[in-house]
Amino acid sequence: MTTVDTRSVTATGWTVRRSSRASRIGSLALVAIVVVLSSLPQVFGANVVQQMTTLLILVILASMWNALAGYAGLVSVGQQTFIGFGAYGTIFLTQRGVAPYLAVVLAAAASAALAAALSPLVLRLRGGQFAVGTWVVAEAIALLVVLDHGLGGGTGISLRGLNIYSPQVRRAYTFWLALAFAVVLLGLLFLLLRRRTGAALQAIRDDEEAAASLGVRTMSVKFVVFVLSGFGCGAAGALILANTLFIQTQSIFGVQWSAYMIFMVLVGGIGTFEGPIIGAVLFFAIQQQFADSGAWYLIGLGGVAIAFALFLPRGVWGLLGDRRQIRVLPVGYHLHRRPSNPAVTEEA
Amino acid sequence: MSVVNAIVQGILLGGLYALFACGLSLMFGVMRIINLAHGDIAVLGAFGVWVVTTQLGISPLVALLIALPVMLALGYGLQVTLLARSLKAGELTPLLTTFGLAIVIQNALLQIFSPDVRSLGAATGRLSIGSWRIADRLAVPYLGILVLVLAVAVLGGLQLMLARTRFGREMRATAQDPDTAGLVGVPAPAVYAQATAIAVGTATLAGVFLGIHASFAPSSGPTQLIFAFEAVVIGGLGSLWGTLVGGIVLGIAQTLGALIDPQYSILAGHIVFLVVLASPRGQLLWRRRAAGSVAA
Amino acid sequence: MTLLTVDSLVARHGLLPAVREVSVSVADGEVLALVGANGAGKSTLLRTIAGAHPASGGRVVLDGEDITGLPAHQRVARGLALVPEGRKLFPELTVEENLLVAGGRARPGPWTLDAVLGAFPMLQPLRRRRAATLSGGEQQATAIARALMTNPRLLLVDEVSLGLSPHAVETVYGCLRALIRDGATVVLVEQDLARALTVAGRVVCLLEGRVVLRAETSGVTREQVTEAYFGLSRSGGAG
Repeated sequence: MTTVDTRSVTATGWTVRRSSRASRIGSLALVAIVVVLSSLPQVFGANVVQQMTTLLILVILASMWNALAGYAGLVSVGQQTFIGFGAYGTIFLTQRGVAPYLAVVLAAAASAALAAALSPLVLRLRGGQFAVGTWVVAEAIALLVVLDHGLGGGTGISLRGLNIYSPQVRRAYTFWLALAFAVVLLGLLFLLLRRRTGAALQAIRDDEEAAASLGVRTMSVKFVVFVLSGFGCGAAGALILANTLFIQTQSIFGVQWSAYMIFMVLVGGIGTFEGPIIGAVLFFAIQQQFADSGAWYLIGLGGVAIAFALFLPRGVWGLLGDRRQIRVLPVGYHLHRRPSNPAVTEEA
Repeated sequence: MSVVNAIVQGILLGGLYALFACGLSLMFGVMRIINLAHGDIAVLGAFGVWVVTTQLGISPLVALLIALPVMLALGYGLQVTLLARSLKAGELTPLLTTFGLAIVIQNALLQIFSPDVRSLGAATGRLSIGSWRIADRLAVPYLGILVLVLAVAVLGGLQLMLARTRFGREMRATAQDPDTAGLVGVPAPAVYAQATAIAVGTATLAGVFLGIHASFAPSSGPTQLIFAFEAVVIGGLGSLWGTLVGGIVLGIAQTLGALIDPQYSILAGHIVFLVVLASPRGQLLWRRRAAGSVAA
Repeated sequence: MTLLTVDSLVARHGLLPAVREVSVSVADGEVLALVGANGAGKSTLLRTIAGAHPASGGRVVLDGEDITGLPAHQRVARGLALVPEGRKLFPELTVEENLLVAGGRARPGPWTLDAVLGAFPMLQPLRRRRAATLSGGEQQATAIARALMTNPRLLLVDEVSLGLSPHAVETVYGCLRALIRDGATVVLVEQDLARALTVAGRVVCLLEGRVVLRAETSGVTREQVTEAYFGLSRSGGAG
């Protein structure tokens, strides 16, 4: 916790703090949750572990989409590019003898590289053009993958290398890897938001031209977020493969991933750190309940997403957090009144 | 010779793409919205005509006359209810709302009509299959010519409407400055609704002719949206005639790609799109046009 | 006969109040000058009267009808026209098209395209020019002409001379004087105090969103207005 030098503001008695009581508690709680989660495979059976891996993947996807849209103002309908690239990259590497879990990590890194390569093309677009542009890129890359028969063409392919582990062990390892990625990605995002880039991002989101005129290096900030998001989505894709062992171009590169991400972030709370996590949990619960309802399920998802976009734009977290200015993690800035009477403390 | 044939087919295909694209272009020009549900609305229109055709046993072209007013009203209603609110809410919201709408429409169609692929070609009869034999390996299909002529007529009509009529002037004024339009008596919400209605109408036309020329299914929407968007970008955003050029270039790219290998056809289109996007010319046209004029 | 009554009108920019319970009335055929320093709320007041800005409190009554809740385009239909600050012509439309857009839904009245071009002869040769290519004075004339095309009963003109060369200002005021001679009811916002006092019959001065002076222009001196303008007569000075 850092406190800004307050000598210049003693007249009014207000200081600027990065954290509040709530966020201190929240940070500790999150660390505790991670510790508890890591013992999960020892306590629960394979099925639960696999489901929890799915949940972690959803948390990653939601946070990464939110990083782009909620923080940088870039609505992407094409992050499935990286999901698919991460998954097929893993296949590609394992076919060439790389150990599967290492392949997952490398494929995620390769997705980051792909994002970096695509950024000069894609980042000059804004708004709806960026949305559809990213979608076209996803379609194009999916088509390229289909053309490569070594990767199974359009019919799908399995990940073989994991056969050396027993299902129990495999699921545990996959879970831990997913947990590790989630922690790393959320940690990177947290760092990004906490440093000057965080304020820069929100400035860009609110008004890119104004931000640029103030000297915010918009392109490099957007680049960092785009690469991070590519990295995260690539990791998610590779983890999906490790979790389900079989992928198909149509589904792994499908635009429904974007639909899921949009739903999670809109419902959870766009532009907040905690929102996407809540959205992922909610979506996970809904998926467990309704995924068998077929088309109705997706109709419901779409309808709910529209309703949130129009009527509850700040999402569930926004509803809760706005009222009481709660932040679980110390990513924002708080006004804190220095008590003139030491017995009294007020937090804004 | 087959290259020439491919180019001719590509030009005709371009007419269809231009028909898809002009609604997207209009909505963007007037409201600065990219309607992510545009393709699905076109498919909805195609299904609507399919229902009328099968229920009443008439040609799809006649069924179109019945379905079109319904779709126009739907478009008007869509703007007044959903999109107007989205516009007020901020830049991201229209994208999110239209994307949600796309999902809803696609899956509703899936639920009602099943994933089966359908075609309106059979019901249209000779028109959909016949062609003029011009040379040994060059056949120009009737349908292709019809669609191209229709695309030119629609684009020309829209252009004329925008340039010469009171309706069109109000639309251009509202596109440039909706607040000031209100200050001179032009109701911006009504103008937006009219633009959406027209966009949905042209989408319906495009969807029906897609159904006659080839086939359609509940999942066809996103592909058509992407082609429409590519046509708009290749031709230059904000220009209606550019949309025709873009559609034709896209069509030719796809047919030439198919010559090399059928699997490459759509990919070829994507590549041309990405190249135009990356080129300096593409960017220049972008910025100039995106600055708010519906093409005059 | 009172044409316009503004009753305790309140308008905000976000949380910041710009117009604080302003009450003004304008009689038929009268010319009212609205003066005040930058940020006093003059433009916001006009825009709220015209419907371009939402009112947070109070009423606007035009010829006995409460129009407070009406959107701008419906107020135009009832005879209220605003020439906005910064002219706000439709940049890609020609001068003629700018005029025709306003005339398309106009109330019945004397101002047709020909009548307007006759009153503003300088615009005749500019008919087919894109509005964005005009000079400041030409744009102002076009903006006033455009407002006239709606055949308003009440004309609101915001910042008549802002950004114009002295010659252009002369020309614009010439047009305005001709309109006034013909009996138009005008409320004009003007930073140039001297000009405002010569053309108007009454003056209202705003300071920080409140009315601080109301007077007939014949019955008030420049010094009195200036004092009100800067808030010098209030204790402790402005602020």
